[in-house]
Amino acid sequence: MTNPRPNEMTIEEAARALRAREISVRELWDACHSAAEEKNPELNAYLEIFKADDAAIESAQKRIYAGDAPLLCGIPLAMKDNILIEGKIASAASKMLENYKATYDATVVKKLKEAGALFLGRTNMDEFAMGSSTEHSAFGTTKNPHDESRVPGGSSGGSAAAVAAHMAIAALGSDTGGSVRQPAALTGIVGMKPTYGAVSRSGLIAMGSSLDQIGPLAKSVADVKIIFYTISGIDPLDSTTITENLYSRHESKEHLKIGVPRHLLTEGIEKDVLTTFEETLKKLEEAGHTLIDIELPTSGYALAAYYVIMPAEVSTNLARLDGMRYGLSKEGKTLLDDYVDSRTTGFGEETLRRILLGTFVLSSGYIDAYYHKAEKAREVLRKEYNDAFENVDVIAVPTTLSPAFKFGQKSDPVAMYLEDIFTITANMTGMPAISVPMGSVERDSKKLPVGIQFTAPHQAEDVLFAIGTAVERLQ
Amino acid sequence: MATTEEVQKLAALARIRIEDKELEKFTSEFDAILAYVGQLEKLDVSGEREMKPPLRNMMRLDSESNAVGANTEKMVEQFPASKNNALVVKQIISHD
Repeated sequence: MTNPRPNEMTIEEAARALRAREISVRELWDACHSAAEEKNPELNAYLEIFKADDAAIESAQKRIYAGDAPLLCGIPLAMKDNILIEGKIASAASKMLENYKATYDATVVKKLKEAGALFLGRTNMDEFAMGSSTEHSAFGTTKNPHDESRVPGGSSGGSAAAVAAHMAIAALGSDTGGSVRQPAALTGIVGMKPTYGAVSRSGLIAMGSSLDQIGPLAKSVADVKIIFYTISGIDPLDSTTITENLYSRHESKEHLKIGVPRHLLTEGIEKDVLTTFEETLKKLEEAGHTLIDIELPTSGYALAAYYVIMPAEVSTNLARLDGMRYGLSKEGKTLLDDYVDSRTTGFGEETLRRILLGTFVLSSGYIDAYYHKAEKAREVLRKEYNDAFENVDVIAVPTTLSPAFKFGQKSDPVAMYLEDIFTITANMTGMPAISVPMGSVERDSKKLPVGIQFTAPHQAEDVLFAIGTAVERLQ
Repeated sequence: MATTEEVQKLAALARIRIEDKELEKFTSEFDAILAYVGQLEKLDVSGEREMKPPLRNMMRLDSESNAVGANTEKMVEQFPASKNNALVVKQIISHD
């Protein structure tokens, strides 16, 4: 058996090879860095590839030699462009923050640095994490490594493409409505959105604050788990972070009860995606897990409620960007002109659309019909999921309705929004969810990966890792 | 149905400008999104109270703060315009 090239390794494989002294931290960095440099002109996964941090590489190597290094020590990672690394630009793929240099480290970055991880660069995304394809980036689209005429998904499309094309060992993304899981599914890797509050949002450029979570994108479930346990934990800088046992514990068992909401799978899903999903379930059943039909009647309203709550939070969060203290600044005749000119020049079309929508649903006269109603729908949804988890350990659906779509195929905003239909519920309920590759389907004689998504009760990430590993074993 | 005037008004509230040539497109997209979101009307939540999370103090206690000026340089560097470490903005109160 030949070893994979260093940049093709998983975190587990690289950590083992580093400890066995088969490769050095420098060799691992160089392999990832040169793969990134080589493939980026084609894929545009990175907005910026960093130069080697010699001190960090050397110190990681020393820790590995010393024998007590964490698994992420010396591992080169890609970071989504909305996560702050002190002294580096964090633009959220927006002209508004094109030249904004982070003045502090995000808590996740601080934790990764402490673990000895290395940063390869900042990855492309939809502007301010709004989109499902990277087509809303102000700096060009990222291409799907499996078929360059197709999107990598989004908004963390750059991170997903970087990992799938072995331009990084793993990556971080952020997930407000599916932005880690959907690109993971469309590029054939694993992606997880943790329980709301499990991972600190300090230093993540805010989109929808009640929905946002930072999550790992990696080549295996085991790698996702390693990153998750490194970046999670309570943080005084994010008052929404939760203690380890806030919710009642859900033990992971050898054989799990898998809830399948088949009533949600009757329309919209492409046939071969559904077939692949059913085959995967069947194999899981043969492996000893139990399938149980469940009903989640309010799920049909989840996306509508999401498109009220999310823009409301977006318009509030992005109000701070007005050309005054940092970011793009345009000078007009009056102070009001300064605001309006800076914001109109700095924000892209989708961002403007969601700011308008958010301003509308929060305006007096509409707030009850939209925002308050959506908040109630969210509560009903949360109860429905909690009730379902009385009888099942996880809930399974395909992560997306179809494999990666072509650039320009979803130019109508609502068509793009529907891309999130299966992923947003986890953000609405705050529950953790993982997307794991379940196989591939063929389009234009190219094999395109598709993913299966599992949702678990709050803080039951370990159950997700168990079922995710079970799916990996089927392949 | 949203009118172009309503979209203009929202834009003004949000401190953004929609150019005239884009106004119709924005208005029709806005309508399509509202039509989708409008499904919520059919959902009966009459039995549901809006849930407010139990209140608890999330503010940290006063403790040692950053040294004065520890982050000034980094932050001033991000200002679009600065003078003596202060942010330069337009005069908004006139003297006449």
